Amino acid sequence: MRVSVILAVKEFRDGLRNRWIAAAVLLLAGLTLAVTFLGSAPVGTTSTTSLAVTVTSLSSLSVYLVPLIALMLSYDAIVGEAERGTLLLLLAYPVSRWQLIAGKFLGHLAILSVAIIIGYGAAAMAVAMLTDTAPGDLLALLALVGSSILLGAVFLMLGYLLSAFARERATAAGLAIALWLGMVLLYDLVLLGVLLADASHVIGERVFAGLLILNPADAFRVFNLTQFDSVSAVAGLAGPGMTSAASPTLALGAMAAWAIVAGLLAYIRFGASEP
Amino acid sequence: MAADRRMIATPENLRSSPVAARQDGLGIQLDRVSKQYGRQPVVRDISLDIAPGECLALLGPNGAGKTTLFKLMLGLVRPNGGRVTIDGFDPATRTFRAVRAGIGFLPENVSFHDAMTGAEVLAFYARLKGIPASDCAPLLDRVGLTEAASKRVRTYSKGMRQRLGLAQALLGNPRLLILDEPTTGLDPALRRRFFDILRSFSEAGVTVVISSHALTEIEARAGRYAILQSGTVSALGTLSALQREAGLPVHIRLTLPPDRVQSMIRRLGERCTVTPVGAGHIDLACPEAEKMALIREIMNADASVEDIEVRSTCLDDIYAHFASGRVRK
Repeated sequence: MRVSVILAVKEFRDGLRNRWIAAAVLLLAGLTLAVTFLGSAPVGTTSTTSLAVTVTSLSSLSVYLVPLIALMLSYDAIVGEAERGTLLLLLAYPVSRWQLIAGKFLGHLAILSVAIIIGYGAAAMAVAMLTDTAPGDLLALLALVGSSILLGAVFLMLGYLLSAFARERATAAGLAIALWLGMVLLYDLVLLGVLLADASHVIGERVFAGLLILNPADAFRVFNLTQFDSVSAVAGLAGPGMTSAASPTLALGAMAAWAIVAGLLAYIRFGASEP
Repeated sequence: MAADRRMIATPENLRSSPVAARQDGLGIQLDRVSKQYGRQPVVRDISLDIAPGECLALLGPNGAGKTTLFKLMLGLVRPNGGRVTIDGFDPATRTFRAVRAGIGFLPENVSFHDAMTGAEVLAFYARLKGIPASDCAPLLDRVGLTEAASKRVRTYSKGMRQRLGLAQALLGNPRLLILDEPTTGLDPALRRRFFDILRSFSEAGVTVVISSHALTEIEARAGRYAILQSGTVSALGTLSALQREAGLPVHIRLTLPPDRVQSMIRRLGERCTVTPVGAGHIDLACPEAEKMALIREIMNADASVEDIEVRSTCLDDIYAHFASGRVRK
């Protein structure tokens, strides 16, 4: 554990040093503010913006941005060190491979958490101060921040998995982009296509909800858009079938399972490799 | 860089070199170890016993398996056959972690995180080994990097990186030093300084395994030499043992008046190989055992000999002999 913390602190400092954290915070805060203040028009009430609307907008934003940031942080964690030649020396130290992955993970997760908490938090505070905010909406915001960090954890682990398999940094980068496109964009498109083609309703509501939860990005969406009544009302997702078939708890569980399985696979693969 | 070199050469800097504390070196045993990558054998059936406190030099062409042998000793790769033990422990197991803290490793072409300063890099590695950060400054001083310590590694020259690499290898009183081509990128003054540091560790009882291509500088600096050839040890022993085993001739060069060359050749032709070199020079080659007899003969034969230059078999010759494809049975 001590070794992992040392490695995590180093990763975090690297993030501060190369302005990674600053860039991520600015990106998230900037887009949050833009979405909050410009994005209220479609809802119909142009005069006021509620936190519930902000949370809805932010969860859509998170689905794209958080996996992207997480993959950019993690894709070269192993293959990058190997390519730079620093991995050989590191492994000659009293550092086991799981400690190395755990250290990178803790460090990267800290970077991501800081970016999400500051980025979303600042913007949300601005909204909360300008409008009347129901306590439930604040809870929804907290849930959004927490689940965004969990979503980040999933894609960090997936990034390490790519990094453990790829022989070159460039390959890992390509795989990361493909993974992002596939899970964040294409999966939904394909699912939508299947639903449209499925005129005779072979796919029931339960199967559809299951397919949604199978993808961590969609599980994140399901969690944030169905958990709180005010949010699901704004998101237009209110419906007893939807909320019962895809429970928020199940969605969170699915994300956690993704993170654990991906992390384990990354560890197994990395453990079997010889630098 | 120029300022940096000046700093190293100053006497007070050399004086400040602390003497390494007495250490119990780690012994290394390789028992019929082999390793292949895919279907390519890199190490074939090597048995090698390195005693605690010994200094062994690994010589051999690129691709002979030196680096793989180091990785095997460090437990970074597992052998396909045979057994590697360090101080009785298998380096590829989890329990080896405690021993690992006592090993200093300098990889070939060492590299660091460029955005960190030299001092930060060393402090990071010190933390990993559980060593107080206060140990770093004397080490940086010892390798002559005090002035550059606050500069980012990105700005370092090859030699400075190499010295930083050496500093991290020396962290925490190592009991075993594994150094893969440690002198590449170092200028002659730094090389000498490096060998001074190495000697102080070796004398303190630290086991040293070093690989090098610079044969002239490693000569007489290691206790034993192992010559690797296509994954096998083609020769192993002390310098004098290898000289004997190689049975290479001693070369003697005579300088004498040009008109005496022919008579000298006639006289010595039966005893040894004689090659005239230009006007007034003869090269003689004879077995080591007959060297003194031959020299006496020359002195008795002709008083006009102006100079005798004797060149004993050096590591270069031995290396060329053993690395030229002849594999010891």
